[in-house]
Parts: sequence; C-alpha cells; structure tokens
Amino acid sequence: MRSLNFIKTRFFSSPIDAFLTLSISYLIYLTIPPFINWVLIDATFYGETKKDCIDGGACWVFIKIWFTKLLYGLYPSEEIWRINFAFAILIISIVIYKYLNQKLKKYLFLFLVIPFPIFSLVLFSGGVFGLSPVDTREWGGLFLTLVISIFAIIFCFPIGILLAMGRRSNLPVIKYFSIGFIEFWRGVPLITVLFMAGVMFPLLLPSGTNLDKLVRVIIAITLFEAAYMAEVVRGGLQAVGRGQYDASKAIGMGYWKSHIFIILPQALKLVIPGIANTFIALFKDTPLVFVVGLLEILGMVNLAKTNPYWLGMATEGYVFVAFVYWIFCFAMSRYSLSIEKKLKITN
Amino acid sequence: MSFLQNKIEKFDQYLSDHPKVKFFLPQALLVVFLFIIIGYLSFNASSNLAARGIDTGFSFLNKKASFDIQFSMIEFDSSMTYGRAYLVGLLNTILVSVIGIIFATIIGFFFGILRLSTNPLASGLATCYIETLRNISLLLQIFFWYFAVLRLLPSAENSLVLFNFVYANIKGIYIPRFVWTNLSFFIYGIIFTIFFIIIFNKYASILREKTGKHLPKFLISIGLLIIIPSFVVLTFGVSLEFSHPKLEVNMGISNYIGGVSIIPELIALAFALSLYTSTFIAENVRAGILGIDKGQKEAAASIGLTKTQILKLIVIPQALRIIIPPTTNQYLNLTKNSSLAAAIAYPDIVLVFAGTALMQTGRAIEIVTITMLTYLTLSILISIFMNWYNKKVALTEK
Repeated sequence: MRSLNFIKTRFFSSPIDAFLTLSISYLIYLTIPPFINWVLIDATFYGETKKDCIDGGACWVFIKIWFTKLLYGLYPSEEIWRINFAFAILIISIVIYKYLNQKLKKYLFLFLVIPFPIFSLVLFSGGVFGLSPVDTREWGGLFLTLVISIFAIIFCFPIGILLAMGRRSNLPVIKYFSIGFIEFWRGVPLITVLFMAGVMFPLLLPSGTNLDKLVRVIIAITLFEAAYMAEVVRGGLQAVGRGQYDASKAIGMGYWKSHIFIILPQALKLVIPGIANTFIALFKDTPLVFVVGLLEILGMVNLAKTNPYWLGMATEGYVFVAFVYWIFCFAMSRYSLSIEKKLKITN
Repeated sequence: MSFLQNKIEKFDQYLSDHPKVKFFLPQALLVVFLFIIIGYLSFNASSNLAARGIDTGFSFLNKKASFDIQFSMIEFDSSMTYGRAYLVGLLNTILVSVIGIIFATIIGFFFGILRLSTNPLASGLATCYIETLRNISLLLQIFFWYFAVLRLLPSAENSLVLFNFVYANIKGIYIPRFVWTNLSFFIYGIIFTIFFIIIFNKYASILREKTGKHLPKFLISIGLLIIIPSFVVLTFGVSLEFSHPKLEVNMGISNYIGGVSIIPELIALAFALSLYTSTFIAENVRAGILGIDKGQKEAAASIGLTKTQILKLIVIPQALRIIIPPTTNQYLNLTKNSSLAAAIAYPDIVLVFAGTALMQTGRAIEIVTITMLTYLTLSILISIFMNWYNKKVALTEK
C-alpha cells in the first residue's frame, strides 16, 4: 500500500505529471530496446571483414580492425611504444600524485608541466638518441587529440595569467591591449583561427621557413584559448578578497611579490574548476583541426568510413567516438564539480 | 626559492622608488614589442606576396565569382561578384544561427524545467539528455545527424510524406511555397496590430497603476492578433495558396520541383546546434530557478497570489535576471559554432568565403580578416542587444 502511495505521489501527482510519466515510459519503450539490440544483442564482435557482420546490428568488427588507427593515427606501428610509454608516465604520475606530501607534490607538478612535455615531444617526434624520426603528418587519432589539447592548455596558461593581470592593470596601454586581445579572440570562431593557421601563417613568416602544420595549429589554439583562460583567471583574481590586497600592501609587498606569493596562489586555487571546463571545451573542439588536414580520432573515423571495404560504417564509428568523448568529458566535468564542492566547504 | 624571492622584492622596491618608470616602462615596452611584431609580420607578408605575384587589396570583391552556391536566400549565380557571394554566406550563417537560437531556447527551457520536476522519470530523462549531449563534440553531432541519420531517409521516389504537404527524402525536405495575393496589405495589418497591442498594453498598465483594475492583457492581445488580421484578409482580398512540390523525372533522376526545399545540410546543422546549445541553456535555466529564494514564493503565496501569478510575477522575472547573462554567452557560442557548417558543406560564410573564394583568389590575408571581423561584428551586435535586454529586466534599485 505504501509503495503504491509512493508511486502515486511521485509519478501521478497531477494530470500533467501522469501525462509525463506515460509519455516518457512510451518513449523509453520505443528507443531503448532497439538501441540495446543494435549495440549488443544483434551486434557482431568477431570477424575480420565487413562480410562477417550481420545486418540489423552494429558491426563492432569495424572498430576492432581500425582500433590502433583510431588511437594512434598513422603512427608507425613499431614505434607506438613511445606514445604508450609517455602516457604511462603521465597516468602513473597522476595516480601517485594523490599520495605524496606537499613538497613532493610541488616537484611532481613542476616536472609534469615543464620537463615532461618537452621530453614527450622529443620522444614522439624522434630524430635524436637513435630514435627514428616520425613526421607529424603521421600523428593522429586520440593521441593527436590529447597532444593538441594538453599542449595548448599548458602554453595558454601563463599567457592567460598575464592577460588577466593586464586587464586589471591601471596602466592604460596594457589594460586596453589586454581587453582588445581577449575580446578579439573570444569573438571569433575557432575554425576561422585554424584557417588563419592553415593559410595565413605561412604568408606571415619569412619565405623559405616551413613551420610544421601541427606547431602552427598549437600556436593558433594557444592564442585562442589564452583569451578564455584570461577570463577564467580574472574571475579568480576578483574573487580573492580585497583584504588580501590591502594586507599584502600593508606589510610592504610590491605588485609582483604580492601577486606571485599571495594573490595568484589563492586565485588559481579558486579557478581550478574553470580551468577544467576550459580544458573540456578545448578537448571537444579539437576535431576542428580537420580544417588544416590533421586527422584526430573523428577525422580517422571519417577516413575509415570512406574506405571501400568498410562503406556504410558511419554510425558505428560515430557512436564509438561519441562514447570516447563522453567518457573523457564526463569524467573531467565530474572532477571539476567535486573540486568546486570541496572549495565551497573549505570557504 | 628565497633567491628568487629576493630578486622579486628588489624589483618591486625599484619600481616603487621610481613611479615614472613603473608607469611608462611596461607600456613603452609593450608598444615597441607590438610594433616589432606587426612590422616583422607585415614585412614578411608583403615580400611573400610580391614573390608569389599576388596583388593585395579588396578590389577582388567586385570581380566575377564564377562558382555556384547550392543554397541561397537571395538570387545568386556564377556571374555575380565575390561581394555578393559573401552576402549569401553571411545570410546563410544568420539564418542557421537564428533557427538554432530559437529552437535551443525552447528546448533548453523545456529540459531545464523538466530537470527540476519532482517526477523522477522526467528529471532522469532531462539529466540523461543534458549529460549525454553536452559531453560530445559538436562536430561529431553534426556528422552524426548528417551522415548517419539523414542518410537513412528514402530516395526521392519513395519520399516520406507528412500530413500530405511535407515531403522528406535524402535530398532534403520539401514544403509548399506560399503564394500570396495582396501580401502587402496583410503585412501592414500585422504591423498595425502589433503597434495597437503595444499601445493597449501600455494603457492597461497605466490603468492598473491608477485604479488597480486588472485587464486580461494576454487574452485581449491574442484576440486582437486574430481579429484584426482576419478582418484585413476578408476586406482587402488577401488570399494564400500553396504551390506544392511535384515529383518530376528528368533524365532518369527524379526530384521534387517547386515549393521550398530545405537542404539536408541546413537540417543537420540546425538540429545539432540547437540540441547541443539547449543543454547549456537548460543548465542556466535550472540554475536560475534554483537561485530564487524559497521565501519569495512563500511571501507571494502569503499575500494571496495564485500559483500562476507567483510564477508569472515573482519567479520568472527574477529567474530571468539570473538566466540571461549566461544564456547570452550561449547565443554567442551558437553563432560562432555555426561556422562548423563548413564540415558538411552547408554554404555559410566560412565555406563560401574562407573556403571557395579563398581557393579561387588566393587572397588569404584579406579573406581571413574579413571573415573574422564579420564574426566579431555579429558577436558584438548580439551582446549589445542582450545587454540592452538585460538592463530592461535587471533589478532597478531605488
């Protein structure tokens, strides 16, 4: 009787409620069973070619065969260990980060932000220490997505901090330059920025220099994201109490000392969720690099689905990529939410 | 670390001892730096362009474009100029942005309110919808609608027919074209009605302030909106006919001729843009409604307002104040995101101008600059409009 009452109050409390309950149930009945059938029950998991797949279900053989390509692009298969090695270090560092004390945490963080990216870039591109060189044209897949988004976020961070401080400065030239820079990049779509990197950058460099396509893309995305990062950091700077500024001034600290040791550490702590959100947005925007001909994971699917042996596999490919994106973005947004909650409690 | 600290301290000390240096030096450095960068880049550009024999300037806008555009709201063919092609692209961008903004707002409000429902099934569905779509790359969603869903539509001979006047097939969706007679009278009628309704609403508010009498504003407005135009239609002989699209076979290829055709690129793009943006708007709406203090509703109820009055007079006006600023950002994002159209060949400004026109003329610097400035202008226009609207609903403290 009680459960019946519960159902009545939660699902049928008013005519509109009852209508909602019934129509949503019908919607679920219409969509979920066919979807599960397609994804799991009627799907084909074993086999080597398209012919092994049964009609009416998903053909996961397609993903299985193209899996390495989707992850690593056209990176030479005997060199893939380099990518695995670098990402293994990254993941291990993140896992042990939690269990370290404050001082070691600081060093590990510094290692991850400065020497590690340089080391991994050298490792990926090769050409030294007996590693065979790998052209950036062969980079692709999820690997390229991560390289672009991680490097751009690391590079845009210092620029973003400077711009945020510049926007709050009382020196007019610096202030208006920062405002102009930030508002310009925030007002244009990323795709036009990438067009700029693709067709305009080569014209702006001395003739004969051939700047790598990937480098151009990372520069463009860095400039673009720096504007968004600046706004995030500015929010943090504004959230630090007025008293902190006054107190640091009162004990005789100058602009730079008070910013580096008092204001910024507090502000940056406050904006970790904002930084995570910027990173998510950037991560979701990386497929746009197709404009200059780089193929990250979505680009690889588009390449694979036009392969004559695998025509008609668009849906499987897109569902798989959507799943990958969803896992990454959902995990990151949950992470940023949890930090936000923690910050609220400590404040 | 302490070494670094000392250096910074000395630097700060130096700056505060020399206030003029502190004021002028960084600004002068920035100006010099900008001059060097801009000078260096433009020097390279001019020498590169000279070496390649490309002349600069915007005169190409008056030259013949000699390419066709698949979908255009104004007349265009290959004999027209690049300037006209730019206009076609711009209008297509605005078209898809406006459609996207309208639908994203409606869907976003719907799911935002649904997520707050006490019915677990309803709020669960809304949560699922929001968390799924906002965490998937927009480009992927556009591809999905275009390559996976719209490709499932039948060929032209076996078109899906909805309500006997909408025909959907793989080449797009066809609806009847409106054929009006005396359309101008009808438009004047509508303008007059809107004008009249505004005056009436002003009068009703003045009346309420003076005498406290409530007129059913909404009902009367709707009534006026129906009565006056139908009066105009009857007296001035305005009539509307539909020109239905017809299936015609031409050299073995069948297609619908006549009527209005909506190309699948536009449908896929509008779908993806409005669904993706609606998830962000839904979150804004939820935050706006949750942001209103419970005391507000209780206080309103205690002075005897009805439930609809509470919603209309207390909750919505206050919630809008919280909802509008972040939603403005979403409108801006949607407009900028409409540039992804280039990926599925919807002829927006990026595809027509930064794509085709750039390929043909090679004027990379001019064209990329024009395209960026166009988006910048659109962004600024939207934010000016929304700031104006925000000011209107903002709290005016006395």
